[in-house]
Amino acid sequence: MIAEIGAFTAMLALALSLAQGLLGLTGARNEPRAGAAAALAQSSAWIAAISFACLIALFVRSDFTVAAVAANSHVDKPLLYKIAGAWGNHEGSMLLWSFVSAVFGAVLASTRGAQTQSLWARGVGVQGLVTAGALIYTLFLSNPFARLDPAPMQGSGLNPLLQDPALAAHPPLLYLGYVGLSVPFSLAIAALIEGKADQAWAKALRPWTLAAWTFLTLGIGLGSYWAYYELGWGGWWFWDPVENASFMPWLVAGALVHSAIVTERRGSIASWTILLAIMGFGLALLGTFLVRSGVLTSVHAFAVDPRRGIAVLVLLAVALGIGFTLYALRAPKLAQPAGFAAVSRESMLVWNNFGLAIAAGVVLIGTLYPLLVEALGGGLISVGPPFFNMTVAPLLGALFLILPFGPMLSWRVGDIAASAKKLAPAALLALATMIITLVLSQWRAIPAIGLALGVWLIAGGLVYVWTRVQRGEGRMLRKLALLPLAVWSMSAAHIGAGVLTLGAVAETAFRREQAALLNPGESVDFVGRRVTLLEVGEAEGPNYSSTRANFRIERDGAVQRMSAERRFYPTSPMPTTEVGILSSIDGDLYVALGDAARGESAWTVRLYYNPLVHLIFIGAIMMALGGALSLLALARRKRSGA
Amino acid sequence: MRRRDQRLIMIATAGAVLVAAMALTFWGLRDSVVYFVAPSELSERAQPGQRVRLGGLVVEGTLRRDADGAMRFAVTDGAVQVEVRYDGVLPDLFREGQGVVAEGSWQPGQAFEAERVLAKHDETYMPREVAEAIKQRGEWKGDTPQ
Repeated sequence: MIAEIGAFTAMLALALSLAQGLLGLTGARNEPRAGAAAALAQSSAWIAAISFACLIALFVRSDFTVAAVAANSHVDKPLLYKIAGAWGNHEGSMLLWSFVSAVFGAVLASTRGAQTQSLWARGVGVQGLVTAGALIYTLFLSNPFARLDPAPMQGSGLNPLLQDPALAAHPPLLYLGYVGLSVPFSLAIAALIEGKADQAWAKALRPWTLAAWTFLTLGIGLGSYWAYYELGWGGWWFWDPVENASFMPWLVAGALVHSAIVTERRGSIASWTILLAIMGFGLALLGTFLVRSGVLTSVHAFAVDPRRGIAVLVLLAVALGIGFTLYALRAPKLAQPAGFAAVSRESMLVWNNFGLAIAAGVVLIGTLYPLLVEALGGGLISVGPPFFNMTVAPLLGALFLILPFGPMLSWRVGDIAASAKKLAPAALLALATMIITLVLSQWRAIPAIGLALGVWLIAGGLVYVWTRVQRGEGRMLRKLALLPLAVWSMSAAHIGAGVLTLGAVAETAFRREQAALLNPGESVDFVGRRVTLLEVGEAEGPNYSSTRANFRIERDGAVQRMSAERRFYPTSPMPTTEVGILSSIDGDLYVALGDAARGESAWTVRLYYNPLVHLIFIGAIMMALGGALSLLALARRKRSGA
Repeated sequence: MRRRDQRLIMIATAGAVLVAAMALTFWGLRDSVVYFVAPSELSERAQPGQRVRLGGLVVEGTLRRDADGAMRFAVTDGAVQVEVRYDGVLPDLFREGQGVVAEGSWQPGQAFEAERVLAKHDETYMPREVAEAIKQRGEWKGDTPQ
């Protein structure tokens, strides 16, 4: 019965969203119709919530008459993973997508703000159609409520690798980001229909782009952290198509966050902002297509069904087709006021956009190139990390080189010499970092440049905070407390980028790995540490059994212990690795337990030393924090009516 | 500076960055693309030392460990078997009789030296490349196992 209620409410939500779309789009000059569209948006969100709640209930109750539950759940699973199982599979995740889209539509409908009624009504309408598209796809191509006959006695269980708290939160965060980009898309389409994209429009756009970018940052960071500790390869980013699928929308969302500021403050580059909003949503859909269609070989495997891939491609074509056609027709007519000088806050933000957009384009080419070559009969190829490292790294490097100047320059016309003078200490610190790294690493130039850039971003961010503090009045603490939230948010995000850069460069350039074959009691020396395998024993978890190895780590006389596991889930023929991680200030010692060799008593142990790897995740958190603070600043500004 | 000059400078810089990015992309795609080969195509399609992805099924009963701790196993596409050596911990999903992709290079008279071995998160998954290779050999049994 619950499944039928779920399917029925999803269908109802589809009907409501379609009505919301029609009334919203035709309600531009008709107050009652626009009001009805807004009310429909609210009700469609509530109805979609009921539908999603039904799906969660089915997973919690382990109702194996439902195909999605039978394929992805198991009665023995802990409750958290039963709930997470609702979105840990293709069908459920698409319902989540639709649900989030409906909720965002409702929020958009309730925040009319300073926008004109026609723009707002059309935005709500387009969002309704986006939700409807997602629901059509969900109901007709991946129905999570489909029944199974005969029903199995037991489900096949969620892939053990996915039974992890980080991965329970990863898909919802990523979807909040992906779907968050649908609202800027809706607003952009509304602005194009309207033929007007003014400062009020950009003001309405900003919170959505910020929220989407923040959720994407958190989602990608969490996914990367999960890959680091769960997959047992010692890596955190693999330039895998599935990772690129989320990285491209993130880059474009980052550009959009910045360009929307220019459009809001100065009214300029509105058409570029619109283009970015369309591309951001396009890339989010493309990401869904790449992940779901299986056209690209990925180290992350997902359900592969070509029919679904084609359907996503059709949705993508419709969204981009309408978006770009409208853009071509209307963008030239948009007013372009307020010019700016080559050295100014605006120009720096334009460079930011240029760099991020090109980076996204390069990642897109690298990700799709294998498809192109295959289609042209050139055989099967893969484009690996070397390509992305050699293209994306220099681009982002160049971007980071000019980044600290951005906040220092004033709007319209900036004074480059004065800014450079203030930033001189940061530049000196970066130079010192470069020289020290060069000497210590025996003249390896690339890591030296990378670390110097990280220090440059951090120090540059601090210099900016300092110059703003100096402008204040009173004592130091008072000055700090009086700094606008926007200064803190921007600085947190920029310094976070620097922290992430330090971690990424150090980890990539200076990581060490070693495989050892150890009997209990034997030791191996590794990066200044003596690692001893103490014993290997068996343990029982809630729904798995595990082989656990305990290690003793001696370093400069200090002794610590750590353990690594291999887990065997009865529902899965494959064991999973639970690595042991011993964090210290200079980095992580990371131990993965391999197989016991056939006919031997020794265990394969893989040791990794990942210097400064925690900075990667701290940096990502700082960037997300920057986004969140920025949202808070916008909310405060709105409340104070400024 | 006059406004027109400023605009010219910006456009010129943007153009230079764009050209550099395109050059890097082109160069990168030429140099760092890794071809996928099936075991039977290895010697004809890949130069010794060239980095390729070798895909196929792990032959049952061939997995063993060298004296130095490196793993050895044979990969087949139904026609030819290639010996692979990998100095590292095999992924969790690695199994005899199942699909695998080994990235690395070969030298005449030696085993294929893998730097990376990829198996998939999902145990029912067969790497697409392997499926293609086996289909080409006409040894495909049924559709993708789901």
